[in-house]
Amino acid sequence: MLKIFRDLLRFNLEFAIGTLIVSIIVGLSVLSFFSPYPPEDIYVVAPDVPPSWEYWLGTTSRGQDVFWQMTAALRNTLLFGIAVAAISRVISLTIGLVSGYMGGMTDRVLMSINDTFIIIPLFPILVLFYFVMRDSMSWALLALIMAALGWAYDARLIRSVAMSLRTREFTSQCIFSGMSPRQIMTREHLPYVLPIVFSTTLNNMNWSIGMEVTLSVLGFTDINTPTIGSMLYWANQHTALVAGVWWWIALPVIAVMMLFIGLYLLATALNEYIDPRSRLSRMGGAA
Amino acid sequence: MKTYAIYLAKRLLQFVLVVFIGINLTYVISHATPIDPVEQTISALTSFGNTSPEAIETMRESLRELYGMSGTPVEQYLSFWSRIVVGDFGPSLSAFPTPVSELILRALPWTIGLLVVATVLAWLLGNLLGGLAGYYRKNRLLKAMGLIAMGLHPMPYYVVAFVLLVVFGFMWPVLPISGGSGIGVDRGFSFDFVYSVFLHSLLPALSLVLVGLGGWFLGMRALVSNIVTEDYVVYAELGGVDRRRILGSYVMRNALVPQVTGLAMSLGAIFTGAIITEEVFGYPGIGSLLVDAVHAGDYSLVLGITSVSIVAVSLAVLVIDLLYPLLDPRVQVE
Repeated sequence: MLKIFRDLLRFNLEFAIGTLIVSIIVGLSVLSFFSPYPPEDIYVVAPDVPPSWEYWLGTTSRGQDVFWQMTAALRNTLLFGIAVAAISRVISLTIGLVSGYMGGMTDRVLMSINDTFIIIPLFPILVLFYFVMRDSMSWALLALIMAALGWAYDARLIRSVAMSLRTREFTSQCIFSGMSPRQIMTREHLPYVLPIVFSTTLNNMNWSIGMEVTLSVLGFTDINTPTIGSMLYWANQHTALVAGVWWWIALPVIAVMMLFIGLYLLATALNEYIDPRSRLSRMGGAA
Repeated sequence: MKTYAIYLAKRLLQFVLVVFIGINLTYVISHATPIDPVEQTISALTSFGNTSPEAIETMRESLRELYGMSGTPVEQYLSFWSRIVVGDFGPSLSAFPTPVSELILRALPWTIGLLVVATVLAWLLGNLLGGLAGYYRKNRLLKAMGLIAMGLHPMPYYVVAFVLLVVFGFMWPVLPISGGSGIGVDRGFSFDFVYSVFLHSLLPALSLVLVGLGGWFLGMRALVSNIVTEDYVVYAELGGVDRRRILGSYVMRNALVPQVTGLAMSLGAIFTGAIITEEVFGYPGIGSLLVDAVHAGDYSLVLGITSVSIVAVSLAVLVIDLLYPLLDPRVQVE
């Protein structure tokens, strides 16, 4: 495991850049635990100070230090992405493995439901959800509903792998030696799909973080928890661009763009590593 | 022909299922939550002054009737469906007494226009360039485009639209950044109006195309670079078939099939992107209407837009699915 990681770092440029970006962001979010100010409090420092030696990235119109605010925001945003990804992985793994292994009618029914969730436009539904929940909308609740809506695409991917695993000889051997379908799925097939699960996790995090930023900027989440989205929301509320407080908007936007690119690069590098064809072409063998 | 009929039946069934699950989802969300929209509306209406208890009681009754919240759960569920089927979502609260359906119908052409143009443009350009990049792997320009596509693809629509807004609104103000057409321009079929609509749609469309392009580009490049190694392509090359013909009729034609399926699959996400983009640029479509409705506390409008979006997107997917056999004849033969 460690050896693979080292080799990927050395030979795969995308993986190396992705790792670098993501570790910087994780480092920043860990720093939030050493913040001199509580992140929810406002008017703790002088407002509207441009970047300087005292305040590295300036301060907001709400009297918050942009640097420390951003560390807390990145931490919450990252945690949100991880929470959504973790919960939705459970759903997509279950549906994907069961559908791929069982086949037949089970597969058809599950995949029809699955395709439905792929097609349905999720944004209006999330907005409706916020609309009825209003002030009781919390960070955890949003993560839960996003996970319940965002598993379908990856379930399809996992199913396609599970389907090919079913025709392999070791599966027949498992069946003949009397393992139950549940045992086969969890003990034999699960380890095979784990690498894919890992790369879909990163893409799913990108999706959920993007959605969270969008909803927060519009004010459709719990805007008092500092996240990248709520930071932009407050900046927009104070018309930071017109007022010339550009650092309040530019820095979170840059940070979240870096996060997207970092996670995406990691996901593509992993995908490429998993797919033997592209590994061959990288080695200079075929094509 | 028989296989086509089976294919058709399957797609129609899927369409019905999407609408069914989607509408049920909105029903569950709007009815099973602890918060009562009727009480919310009443508290919003009565917060401006004193209202007599009798008046509030009458208001509660009529709002329950209006929102389809009177009667037993079964009755509520049935009345919910009967409203959707005929497209009657009651009057809008924020634009009383205009019916919700009229507001939606007014906004829908803007969204559909923007969406169709941007999606078609992104899909065609992305596939064309991606196909070229997969076939001519050594080309520097196409390699550079691959890098750009990689950087743009993971961006959420909101961030790209917002960056464009900042660049073209504050740093280099050459394009209109808000609205659907100029304020002083008459809404008729004149050159001025069309030109103004075109100018106003440039930035929203550009942000949709920029995000969409990357995905199609990367997908097509990967597909084409796999197909290029197939034996029949090598054979065609050795046989001296014109390279442009190989790329056009042998390689791209085959690679397009999964890309069309991909388009049907991602239409919901693209629609989401379009309504977010509209909100950023103040474009008078469904997206802006939805956000305004939430801020105004307009329950029936939010519910109406959500239901219409689900039906509209699944209809669009159905249309793509029905055109699919034209591209992939195997559907009819199997």
